[in-house]
Amino acid sequence: MAIEDDVLVVGGGLAGATAALAAARGDVRVRLISHRQSTLRHASGLIDVLGYAPTGEGPLADPFSAIPDLPDGHPYERVGLEAVREALELFDAVAGDAYDGAHTDANALVPTHGGTVKPTARYPTATAPGLASADGDALLVGFETLPDFDAPLAAAHLEAAGVPFDARGVTVRFPGIGRDDAKITRYAHLLDRDEVVETAAGETGARAALAETVRPHLGDEPRVGFPAILGDERAADVRRDLADRLGVDVFEVPMGPPSLPGMRLEDLLYDAVADAGVRVTTGVPVVDYETDAAETGAAGPERIERVIVDRNGSAIPHRAEQYVLATGGLVGKGVQSDRERVHEPIFDCHVPHPADRYDWFVDDVFGDQPYARFGVPVDRALRPLDADDAPEFANLHAAGAVLGGYDFAAEKSGGGVSLATGYVAGRRAAEECQ
Amino acid sequence: MATDTGVLVLGGGSTGCGIARDLALRGLSVTLVERGNLTDGTTGRMHGLLHSGGRYAVSDRPSARECIEENRILREIAGHCVEETGGLFVQCPEDSDDYFREKLEGCRDCGIPARVLSGREAREVEPYLADDIERAIEVPDGAVDPFRLCVANAIDAEAHGARVETHAEVVDLLRDGDDIYGVEIRHGSGPGKRTDAAAGTTEEITAEYVVNATGAWAGQIGAMADLEVEVRPSKGVMTIMNVRQVDTVINRCRPKGDADIVVPHETTAILGTTDEEVSDPDDYPEEQWEVDQMIDTLSELVPILTEARTIRSFWGVRPLYEPPGTGTADPTDITRDFFLLDHADRDGVDGMASIVGGKFTTYRAMAEEIADHVCEKLGVTASCVTADEPLPGSEQIETLEAGMDDFGLRSPIARRSRQRLGSRAREVLATDAANPVLCACEGVTRAEVRDAISQSGADLNAVRIRTRASMGNCQGGFCCQPMANELHPAHDEETVREALDELFQERWKGQRHALWGEQLSQAMLTYALHATTMNRDRDPASESGEVEFAAFDDGGMATNQVSGSRGDR
Repeated sequence: MAIEDDVLVVGGGLAGATAALAAARGDVRVRLISHRQSTLRHASGLIDVLGYAPTGEGPLADPFSAIPDLPDGHPYERVGLEAVREALELFDAVAGDAYDGAHTDANALVPTHGGTVKPTARYPTATAPGLASADGDALLVGFETLPDFDAPLAAAHLEAAGVPFDARGVTVRFPGIGRDDAKITRYAHLLDRDEVVETAAGETGARAALAETVRPHLGDEPRVGFPAILGDERAADVRRDLADRLGVDVFEVPMGPPSLPGMRLEDLLYDAVADAGVRVTTGVPVVDYETDAAETGAAGPERIERVIVDRNGSAIPHRAEQYVLATGGLVGKGVQSDRERVHEPIFDCHVPHPADRYDWFVDDVFGDQPYARFGVPVDRALRPLDADDAPEFANLHAAGAVLGGYDFAAEKSGGGVSLATGYVAGRRAAEECQ
Repeated sequence: MATDTGVLVLGGGSTGCGIARDLALRGLSVTLVERGNLTDGTTGRMHGLLHSGGRYAVSDRPSARECIEENRILREIAGHCVEETGGLFVQCPEDSDDYFREKLEGCRDCGIPARVLSGREAREVEPYLADDIERAIEVPDGAVDPFRLCVANAIDAEAHGARVETHAEVVDLLRDGDDIYGVEIRHGSGPGKRTDAAAGTTEEITAEYVVNATGAWAGQIGAMADLEVEVRPSKGVMTIMNVRQVDTVINRCRPKGDADIVVPHETTAILGTTDEEVSDPDDYPEEQWEVDQMIDTLSELVPILTEARTIRSFWGVRPLYEPPGTGTADPTDITRDFFLLDHADRDGVDGMASIVGGKFTTYRAMAEEIADHVCEKLGVTASCVTADEPLPGSEQIETLEAGMDDFGLRSPIARRSRQRLGSRAREVLATDAANPVLCACEGVTRAEVRDAISQSGADLNAVRIRTRASMGNCQGGFCCQPMANELHPAHDEETVREALDELFQERWKGQRHALWGEQLSQAMLTYALHATTMNRDRDPASESGEVEFAAFDDGGMATNQVSGSRGDR
């Protein structure tokens, strides 16, 4: 007997979670199925809405004013400006005091771990005191055993980027880390639990030891930045504790994978999804689907009757009225390719792409890369469209990085597009159940 | 007349570095100049096969004998650059029995140990071989790291007093009548080069004798002194797989053909190759069908290659040469033998010889012969010692390995470091400072990267060829930035940024030919990390316009709250 729901969301990243939350606001039964770990752990945890226009213009101080000018087919053009704002409201409600940036339409400029700055619309509270668009000299602290973040170099880079304050960096040894290749989570847990560590001054808690390690390096700077490893489950306590001990503001510089801010965002979303009554099934792939084609014949788009989930080799049917496809892009494997073609692997939705794979890229690594725009085209209801611009299915909506027609990396629009399209896809799916 | 150096060697490939080492060991004063990095030409663009000679056992027996002899010498003097994989010549159903027999007899005639395996035995050695492989000849082919070997020659040349100048392009040969007496070089020319000499400045270097060891570029050098050196550059494509589908070199046992070899190399396997004449060694088409042909044809030997992940493809140019008038049409028929063109004998111009043709496996023997020639010209009687003197890193590897600690590195990391560094491992890895892994794909630690930087300065591609960092699955996506970080503070922020960009673009270049499946997914992840997370594509530090910081969100409420709590303390 098939598992039955009203709305079935396939994919558990930012877009899938948002779609599930939006759908669950209606009076419907919602399930979210995800296969792999979401790509959130690769991501910085920042919510970018639009940092640069597709023409390259930017950094944009106001992302919202640029949205109406986006080209046809861009996911924001599909859902419209109001939906972007509503989706951000949903996110702000979910994030509560874990995120900042909702007080203004303006983008913030955040220092990156490479030392440049980037525009973003919502940022973790832990990042807030470090904004490059805020005054206040900054001391950056790096650790010998974390080679991704070189604090003196990042500080010099920030100054080269023209930030309106002095930046300085020091590299220290992280107290309590004995191994040169400890995992990122080891640093966080050491601080979370305030474990006892050995220092020159005897045994002390990890937070106190870290503060004492940094104190001799602190000049007049009112804020001190660390790579984003300051705790996991008790990150707010860790940061407050360090700030109290040092007598300055303490902030985190977002990092690449594995990214604690990304993992914290994932936890936040999944708590909200659970609170909203969404049923969640993880670790299983959707491998097939069945339609009602046999009954309806050729009139209009087919309906998806059910999808087949592979659970340890058993084929488990899942039936729903409406489906949301939020399986990610090339990174999340919601869009795949071989030597001949690019395709969407579950429903084989149309993915426009040049026939010759040597036209999938340009020679400049940061040029206008066609592959970065690979994904499914959709109508304004976010239904995937076939090669003739007709909906692939009557009851399938798509959201997030599986959508084509935009380059989230160049635009810095990934988070915002996932929120806005997830929100619209989830809401429409719920509405269409009635 | 006083000269700057005794012998000036042009070209920093295996031949040039081998000649420089040989002459330096004989006590001559040597200067080597190279346009780009060491190995930038043909040496850095080969498939890493250490020939047993089996490949030439039918067509060219003198070459085959020379290969097996040099193969044995390199295992002795360069053990840390060689992996003794062994090799198989496998016979497919459509391949001729006669040729198989000729190959076997040829190997035996040339002193190449050869043994016939049945198809079943061959598949026991290499389980991914096709089911229809009928039989195979086992020979002592190996894999060699051309970067490590070439650099080791350069380092040893320097240790014996040679000057090695990279990023120094020859812009003119100095010729006075019938005498060539040196070159003019331009420092740091070309895109994005950073040396400690001022970029763009020129320097004249005079020498008693000049050796043109620029391979496929030898004709261009010759032309600077109105000498005709008719090299025939021939391109070949190689495709790198992300894992070793085979641990033995797999050759196809047929007379000749494109796409007939798979060489296991470090963490990868390299598919090769094609052979097509080109007119310009710096500018030739790199085409999709060549990559597809490589995968499709070699899948006949190793079927899982069809489904496997490739991480990049690259092309190299052979410096083929044949004496004028030979007129061979097909480049695969041109001899792989090398030629010493003494321009005094040939053109009546004193002071220079050009070296053309040849192959990597016999670079040392070539260097010996050329060094003999140079010594004769200069009246020097010292003899060659390179067949006996181990290269830096290969002295007493066994005793060192047996007695060595692991330097606090996890065992696979320590093992790989030790393989790369050989007997230099202790000197490089013994550090009190933190030594985290910077390149997880290849297990390269900070100490190794810093050692490479101490040899090569701010050129991260030079660091790459010394360490293999950024040459694994992620193709630098994760490790380019940490590698660049190590340049600071010895090099300023702008230099570091340019070095990072150059390495990043270089890593992208080869991946473009592997952009499907897993590698396209990897490329998108890399792009997202560098563009989204770091905003390196729109970095205000690299862009011309100023950012109006004041127009952006300064944190407003958030900062005030935190400031407020600060007042409580």
